[in-house]
Amino acid sequence: MIRKWLDKMHPLFAKGGKLEKLYPLYEAQDTFLYTPGEVAEGSTHVRDALDLKRMMSMVIVALVPCIFFAMFNTGHQANLVIQAADTAATAAGQNYAPEGWRYAVLDTLGVDYRSAGTFSQDLANPSRALACLLHGALFFFPVYIVGLAAGGLCEAIFAIVRGHEINEGFLVTSMLFPLTLPPQIPLWQVAVGIIFGVVIGKEVFGGTGMNFLNPALTARAFLYFAHAGQMSGTNVWTGVDGYSGATALGALASGAKTSELVDMTGKVTVGTDTIADAIPNGLTWWQAFLGDMHGSMGETSTLACLIGAIILIASGIGSWRIMVGCLVGMTAFSGLLNLAAGYSPDNSMLAVGPQWHLVLGGFAFGTVFMATDPVSASMTNLGKWIYGALIGFMTVVVRCINPAFPEGIMLAILFGNIFAPLIDYFVMQANIKRRLAYNAA
Amino acid sequence: MDYVLLFLRSVFVENLALTFFLGMCTFLAVSKNVKTALGLGVAVIAVQAITLPINNLLFSFVLKPGALSWTGSSSLGALDLSYLGFICYIGTIAASVQILEMFLDKYVPALYNTLGIFLPLITVNCAILAGTLFMVEREYTFAESCVFGVGSGVGWALAIAVLAGVREKMRYSHVPAGLRGLGITFITVGLMALGFMAFGGI
Repeated sequence: MIRKWLDKMHPLFAKGGKLEKLYPLYEAQDTFLYTPGEVAEGSTHVRDALDLKRMMSMVIVALVPCIFFAMFNTGHQANLVIQAADTAATAAGQNYAPEGWRYAVLDTLGVDYRSAGTFSQDLANPSRALACLLHGALFFFPVYIVGLAAGGLCEAIFAIVRGHEINEGFLVTSMLFPLTLPPQIPLWQVAVGIIFGVVIGKEVFGGTGMNFLNPALTARAFLYFAHAGQMSGTNVWTGVDGYSGATALGALASGAKTSELVDMTGKVTVGTDTIADAIPNGLTWWQAFLGDMHGSMGETSTLACLIGAIILIASGIGSWRIMVGCLVGMTAFSGLLNLAAGYSPDNSMLAVGPQWHLVLGGFAFGTVFMATDPVSASMTNLGKWIYGALIGFMTVVVRCINPAFPEGIMLAILFGNIFAPLIDYFVMQANIKRRLAYNAA
Repeated sequence: MDYVLLFLRSVFVENLALTFFLGMCTFLAVSKNVKTALGLGVAVIAVQAITLPINNLLFSFVLKPGALSWTGSSSLGALDLSYLGFICYIGTIAASVQILEMFLDKYVPALYNTLGIFLPLITVNCAILAGTLFMVEREYTFAESCVFGVGSGVGWALAIAVLAGVREKMRYSHVPAGLRGLGITFITVGLMALGFMAFGGI
């Protein structure tokens, strides 16, 4: 039926049609839904049936676990906070009623957050997956839809004016971007951010494949520096107004002086009470691995990222070299800092072991989905190793050594992106030299 | 250890090109391909490494208030010649570049030919003068100014090599007509500076 409808529309958009100028819009719908019917003329260089669209769709598939977990965890964390507040209020003989449009929406769905004893209802219970998904979806989808609309509009305008096709790369960008944002982000900032990312990060260079920075990360970095108040600190990570809770990295960076991150199953225990405040009951490694903690919406679960990584590697889209390179760089440098930790007791981040760096913050998400962006990463095989290791190394540098930013993966990947072409250049020069020597001998 | 930190600071944290946006004219003009960019980068490192220590000596033994007291004369020792700073520094830079050029021409003609026009060109590069002025303002010692000279040169060279790498890759980009050339390069440099923000605050 859609096929018929599209075919009916085709003459309208084809050359000479009434809406000829809007052809890219039509083309995008058509080829996203169906494999193109046209056959290439002349000789072609097709190696297999994988085109950019299928490739980008595959990335979206790999992102699905992260998206679901993002919604679940956002709702879960919010529900936990509301539950605690509700219990406390009931004990004090008061009624805790959170404000905001989300609760109005939930109310019409029959979930009443405003009355006392909210959590006797199934759909508001933090231990129920559906309840958390529902609540979290009210955070994720507005951000996603605003990003998609604002960025998509820019993409469409550029496509129409410059006569290129709307590219599925944008679907990936608009999917990655909300996952890197905190749940409390104001929607207008989402729009501003993604417009910057799409226009300055990508379209001015000519569109997908011609940019040198990852557009989603460019957007995030822009927001991070332009509106730091809504992108960092302690008030933005949980979807309840007025609740203050830092991310694990944030708490570590803000002066938990004598933190001891014990073995893999141990808790984050600290001498001062900073972390205990930020993360009630401490945080176990498994909790962090599964993603049950504060953070940007999509970044918390290492497990979900791992599933994504398997899909990307199995389908050959994400480079395993880059991912392993990141891991190696991160492990090596944080291991080195662990050794140095004894000399600088003021900086508790130095003592954080590699296994914690892996699960805290956005390291897994960035490594799997951002660093492997085929456009902005290194192209050569050896280059990919170096590029990955550089990102892993830089992440630890920013996290542990730079007191200004608690989280480093975003800046590390941007840093890697700007070095990628140079790395490629030197790898290629070395190759040329080697081959020349080989052939001369 | 302090010197290592100073070196790393001057390369990454206080990168002359990407944090202070100094030396932009050559930075933008000579970054079309990696090879020439590297040549220019080496020239900047060499000039920074030579002129900074010389200017440091000049400052501490001639120009700064009371610097001439080593002569033993009390009237000379009371002089404050720091108002002559700019002209002396730029004179040192021009002279040392000239001498370096003659030296290279005579003894290392291969490198001289590679550097070509860039060597005299960087005499008037503001990054070089800025290196000296930073040194004076921060009151570096002689050893520190040697380290800072090499470090700031390396930082600038690194930045221009990276920019050249990106611009080589961008040859295949389809930039809107109005932005081609310098326009897109400015945007590129801005985005690169965003990446270098990773070090801001260390």
